[in-house]
Amino acid sequence: MADIAFLLLIFFLITTTMDVDTGLQRRLPRLPDEEQKKSDDKIKERNVFVVLINKDDALLVENKPMEIHQLRAKAKEFIANPLNAENLPEKETKELLYFGSVYITKNPVISLRNDRGTSYGMYIRVQNELVAAKRELRDEISILQFGEKFKDLQEDQMEAVKSYYPSVLSEAEPKNIGGK
Amino acid sequence: MSRFSKKGKKGMAEINTASLPDIVFMLLFFFMTTTVMKEVNLMITVRVPDATEARKLEKKSLVSYIYIGQPHRSFQKMFGTEPRIQLNDQFKNVIDIQDFIAQERDAMDEKDRNKMTVSLKVDKDTKMGVVVDMKQALRRAQALKISYSSNKVDKL
Repeated sequence: MADIAFLLLIFFLITTTMDVDTGLQRRLPRLPDEEQKKSDDKIKERNVFVVLINKDDALLVENKPMEIHQLRAKAKEFIANPLNAENLPEKETKELLYFGSVYITKNPVISLRNDRGTSYGMYIRVQNELVAAKRELRDEISILQFGEKFKDLQEDQMEAVKSYYPSVLSEAEPKNIGGK
Repeated sequence: MSRFSKKGKKGMAEINTASLPDIVFMLLFFFMTTTVMKEVNLMITVRVPDATEARKLEKKSLVSYIYIGQPHRSFQKMFGTEPRIQLNDQFKNVIDIQDFIAQERDAMDEKDRNKMTVSLKVDKDTKMGVVVDMKQALRRAQALKISYSSNKVDKL
């Protein structure tokens, strides 16, 4: 009896895979309809943070070349606009649950565009930095307000923080530039 | 156990093995319930990138996988070295994505269909061209929840 059980046990031990899949979870935008295309053009330039990656994996952020390790700080500055700078997103006063009346950026958009020749590894690194920027901002405000990190908050607290710093990354419509 | 010890030495008591089958059975049931059979036989090399912000994918049954990477050496004669898409056990093209998604969707419970996640397992040296095409195909197929599969690391 024990022999058979051992046999089965060894079989399952060998075939079992314990790996958990981890990844950056994102939502793709819906395919645009005609109306949407028009309204997209209306977003003001100061509200958009343009990140370009070329085929040599070099970054161009807001028309300036940049190293990857500077990107996170720059993105955070853009999303929050703490000094109310002219060239960063517009701010508005908003009424939020838990926070009351706050002065936050209206709707900043980070537009990430890549070339067809960009390597996937680089693309993910940039995505990772941008996701990290958002996460750090949310963590900061969560700790300030609730004394806990964002991921440990209650559901409705999370919602409040989410509307404080909304998800801003837009995957731009691909454009064919620069060939392969 | 005493049979392994040297002959001259005495005094080691025999361990009671009566409970051994129980223990083995318990382990057996544990592995039987947790096991997931390896579903696909990868014909391409996939080394997913690292990311600090990677999160666990919940509910494996809601996840479909798409693999992109360079074919293994044994397949390179037939398929070349350009990155290829693998769905289940076959090399496919971008136009097949829509059918694949429809198929995967049909296999799910009706109430779970809008929670479907597509996990993209893409080799980090792949050029974005094929990934962009893939993303457009996924949008056309209305599979908008995606996950860029990557290894969770603490620091890049």
